Amino acid sequence: MDAVTDNLDLFWSGYLRSLGICLWAMVGSLLLGTLIASFRVSPIPSLRWFGTAWVTVIRNVPLTVVLFFFAFGLPEIGINRSYYFFGVTALIFYTSAFVCEAVRSGINAVPAGQAEAARAIGLTFGQNLREIVLPQALRTSVPPLGSVIIAMFKNSAVVGAFGVGQDLFSVGRNLTSVQGYEALPVLTGVAFFYLCITIPAGALLALIERKVAIVR
Amino acid sequence: MSDAPTVLYDEPGPRARRRALIGTVIASLLLLGLLGLVVKRLADAGQFSMELWGPLIDPNNEVFDQVWELLFDGLQATLIAAVLAIACSLVVGTMLGIARMMSGRWGRIPIIGFIELFRGLPVVITIFFVWRVLPEIGIDLDGLPGGEGLWFLVIGLTLYNSVIIAEIVRAGVASLPRGQREAALAVGLTEGQTMRSVLLPQAFRTMLPALISQLVVVLKDTSLAAVLGLYIELLRRGNLIALNLDNPIQVLFVVGLIYIAMNYMLSRAAVWAERRLSRQGAAAVQNFEMGNAAA
Repeated sequence: MDAVTDNLDLFWSGYLRSLGICLWAMVGSLLLGTLIASFRVSPIPSLRWFGTAWVTVIRNVPLTVVLFFFAFGLPEIGINRSYYFFGVTALIFYTSAFVCEAVRSGINAVPAGQAEAARAIGLTFGQNLREIVLPQALRTSVPPLGSVIIAMFKNSAVVGAFGVGQDLFSVGRNLTSVQGYEALPVLTGVAFFYLCITIPAGALLALIERKVAIVR
Repeated sequence: MSDAPTVLYDEPGPRARRRALIGTVIASLLLLGLLGLVVKRLADAGQFSMELWGPLIDPNNEVFDQVWELLFDGLQATLIAAVLAIACSLVVGTMLGIARMMSGRWGRIPIIGFIELFRGLPVVITIFFVWRVLPEIGIDLDGLPGGEGLWFLVIGLTLYNSVIIAEIVRAGVASLPRGQREAALAVGLTEGQTMRSVLLPQAFRTMLPALISQLVVVLKDTSLAAVLGLYIELLRRGNLIALNLDNPIQVLFVVGLIYIAMNYMLSRAAVWAERRLSRQGAAAVQNFEMGNAAA
């Protein structure tokens, strides 16, 4: 276990770095995904079409292809940023498609009678959405959204493996490949720190689910 | 307006239709503008030149045959890894699921621990772990057909996906009416016989869509080998080609299309299977699968 205890500061900074990737990507993908979801349910056909195309393309492509496209493709047309920026952006784009589907499934799960009743008592489209549909839809989307976000936390390791540097994965690779530590203790340490992200996230999700759950 | 969400609005009247029309025009212009911007950017950088696209789309190009032969090799490698991984995951996952359902309170703990462990770990970490640790503890896969890289990938993918499949199996069995099990036990079948000849066959029916969707996940995850560099599959092959020809955008575009085509067909197959087999139980499995697809 020396390999881990000797380098605990490295692991800790790697953990914080990985957590940073997760949090940026979470905020970004929730915003972008909700925007795309609003496209997909809008009354405007071209926006719906765009949303559908976005989801179809991104859901069927591996994250790695999106990542490579950002990191190797964009510099070809003169967009040069750090791997960190490309990595987080690729993760946001990829996750947004799944966030979109989770939000949309929530909106579709609201019984039609709710919106009809709201219209019948004279609420406008905006009021209807704000007061009646979205509060119910968001609660319904919490479980699938939570699973999507946890999956995204795990996908952040792919961004790390790709080489943004200083994150948990890079720490593990560095210690084993460059510094010659044994793989078993080092990678067990890496795995442990990742579990320190995903398992609390899962527990938090279960807690939130219990708080907002509605019985249909 | 067949796919429009009718929950949010009524059949539009003349005023709403006019507004929607204006909105459509504005949105279309914006989207076209965005598209134009992208195309202009690509054109400015000379990304539409035949020099870059030729090897991929022009049969008369001198390297066209060679490039596509390599891409097909990569595709084949991807499919081999995916099929092996899903087959192993099915076997291991079903056993895990059954073991979890049939063992007592204490026997269940290590199985649940195993499931939670590999469910919580990023699959890329699992693969990396297998790749680095197995040789260290003296397990040699060099002799296996296909090279050791393939098997490290398959084992890593199997560890993750078998756990998911175990959960799918459990959800499938749990979705069956309780009377099925009770009736089977009542006519004198043992627990094992009940599971094997009554519960599992029905559960697999409701699980089929979820299993096909899992195949999409596996197919996508094989490309993690390209990030780690342990096995040459479609994406890695594409990358090597792009390095040689210096056309990453074009090659990644084609590779992306191949992935989309395969996965889109599989997703359609899952939807089709779901419609064919649609029964109450499918909903429970699908609920679970929803978030998992993002993995």
